[in-house]
Amino acid sequence: MKNIDFAPVLAGLVLLALWEGLTRLLQVPPVILPPPSAIGAALVERGPLLLPAAGVTMGLALTALAISIGLGTLVALIFARVPLLERSLGPYALVLQATPIVAIAPLVIIWTGIENPRRAILILAVIVAVFPVLTSALAGLKAVDPGLDRLFRLHKASSTQRFLHLELPTAAPFLLAGIKTAAGLSLVGVVVAEFVAGTGATGGLSWRLVEAGNRLETATMFAALFLLALMGLALHAILSLIEKQVRT
Amino acid sequence: MAASSPIRLSAQQACVRFGRLEALGPIDLQVQAGECVVLLGPSGCGKSTLLAALAGLQGVASGSVQADTAGGADVPGVVFQEPNLMNWATAEDNVALPLALSGVDKAERLGRAQAALARVGLANFASAYPRTLSGGMRMRVALARALVNDPSALLLDEPFAAIDELGRRALDDLVLEAKRDRHLAVLFVTHSVDEAVYLADRILVLSPRPGRIMAEIAVPAVPRDPAFLTSPAFAEAAAAARRVLSAQRAAA
Repeated sequence: MKNIDFAPVLAGLVLLALWEGLTRLLQVPPVILPPPSAIGAALVERGPLLLPAAGVTMGLALTALAISIGLGTLVALIFARVPLLERSLGPYALVLQATPIVAIAPLVIIWTGIENPRRAILILAVIVAVFPVLTSALAGLKAVDPGLDRLFRLHKASSTQRFLHLELPTAAPFLLAGIKTAAGLSLVGVVVAEFVAGTGATGGLSWRLVEAGNRLETATMFAALFLLALMGLALHAILSLIEKQVRT
Repeated sequence: MAASSPIRLSAQQACVRFGRLEALGPIDLQVQAGECVVLLGPSGCGKSTLLAALAGLQGVASGSVQADTAGGADVPGVVFQEPNLMNWATAEDNVALPLALSGVDKAERLGRAQAALARVGLANFASAYPRTLSGGMRMRVALARALVNDPSALLLDEPFAAIDELGRRALDDLVLEAKRDRHLAVLFVTHSVDEAVYLADRILVLSPRPGRIMAEIAVPAVPRDPAFLTSPAFAEAAAAARRVLSAQRAAA
C-alpha cells in the first residue's frame, strides 16, 4: 500500500486530456458528450443538489447491505443447523436469485412502494444483496475443520461457544468475500429500484440522473455517474481494508 | 508399576459397532496412573475407535468404558493424528482453548497456557500463529493444549506419524516426561513397533477387525534414553511385538 502505482493515475490524466481535446477539436455537441471540464463544472454547480442525493442513495445502499449481512448470516446459520430446511428451500432461493431484479421491481413497488418507496427500494436491494452473503456464510460454516469439531465435542463446547470460537472464525474470510460482492450489488439494487420506482420521493442519486437526462443536462448526468462510481469504489476500498485486517 | 496406583482408564467388555459392522471388541483394558499402555495393531483394527470411546467421542454398543476424572479436568487430554490447531489464533490461545471452553477467566488461562507452552519448549512462541510453526512445533502446541487443564489421563492417536525421526523422539520424550511428572495414565496408539517399545510399560497388540487384544508384552522398567534403543531389552520386546504382528499377517 505504501508504494502508490502512478501508472493508472498517469493513464487517467492522458485519457481525460484526450477526451477534452477531441471534444473541442471535433466540436462534439455537449448534449452528446460534454468535455471533462464541463462535467467538473456541473459537479461544482450541481453539487448542492447532487451531494445530498448521493447521501440518500449511499444511506439506502448501506442500510440494504446491513440488512443483507444480518439476514444472510442468520438464514445461513439456520440452514447449517437444519440441513432439511436447506435441502427443501435452497432451490427456491436459487430461483429468486436467478430472476433478474429489474423484472420483480414493479411487483415489489406495487406491493409496498406506492405509499412507501423507501421500503420498496430497500426490499429490492436486499433481495439482490442477500444471496452472496447467504451462500458465502453457508460455505464458511460448512468449512469447519472436522478435527477441530471433534476437539470442541471432546470439551463439550456449548452451541454458543462453538459458534463464537469455531464457526464464526472459520466462516469470517468466506463471509467477508461475500459481503464485498454484496456491497456492490446493494448499490446496484438501490439504483435500479430508484429507476423503477420512477419517483423523486426518496430523492436518490439515480432519480437526479433520470431528471438530468430528461432535461438533456448530459454533463450533470456524468457528474452523477462519477459520484456513483466513487461510492462503489469507496465501499470496495473499505471492505478490502477490513479484509486485510482480518487476514493478518 | 505399584499395584496400588489408581486406575484412570478402563474398558469392560467394550464393543463398538458401525451399523452392522463390528469395529471393536470385546475389549478389557485398564491403565493405571503413571503407566503408559501402547496399542499396536494393523490399520483398521479399531485402535482409534477404542481411543475415541475412552475420550467419550464414540458410544459403545455394549460393555462400558470409563475415563477417571480425578484430576483437574473433566475430560482426558487427547492428541489426535493432526495437530488440529485454530489457524486464526496464536499458539497461546490455542493452548488455552480447553480452559476457555470450561469458563476459566482470561488472566488465569493465559498464565496456564504459557506455562504449558514452556513445558513443551515453546516458551518463546506464545504469540506465534500456527502457520509460522513447523509440523513438530504444531504437535507440541497440541500436546500442551491436551495437558493444559491438568487431566489425569492422556490419550494419543498416532500423533507423531508425520514427524521426522528426531522430532518424533523429542515428542516421545515429552510424553514420557509428562507421564512421570504428573503421574499420568497414558494410552498411546501407534503402528510403529519401535515407538511402541520406547514409550510403553505394556504393549497391547490388537487383532484385525473387530479389534481384540491378542497379546500383552511387558517392557522392562528401565530408563528411556538413547542407550535403551540399542539394549537387549528393547530388541527383545520389539521382536516379541513383531512376532505377534507377523503371525497375524500369516493367519489373514
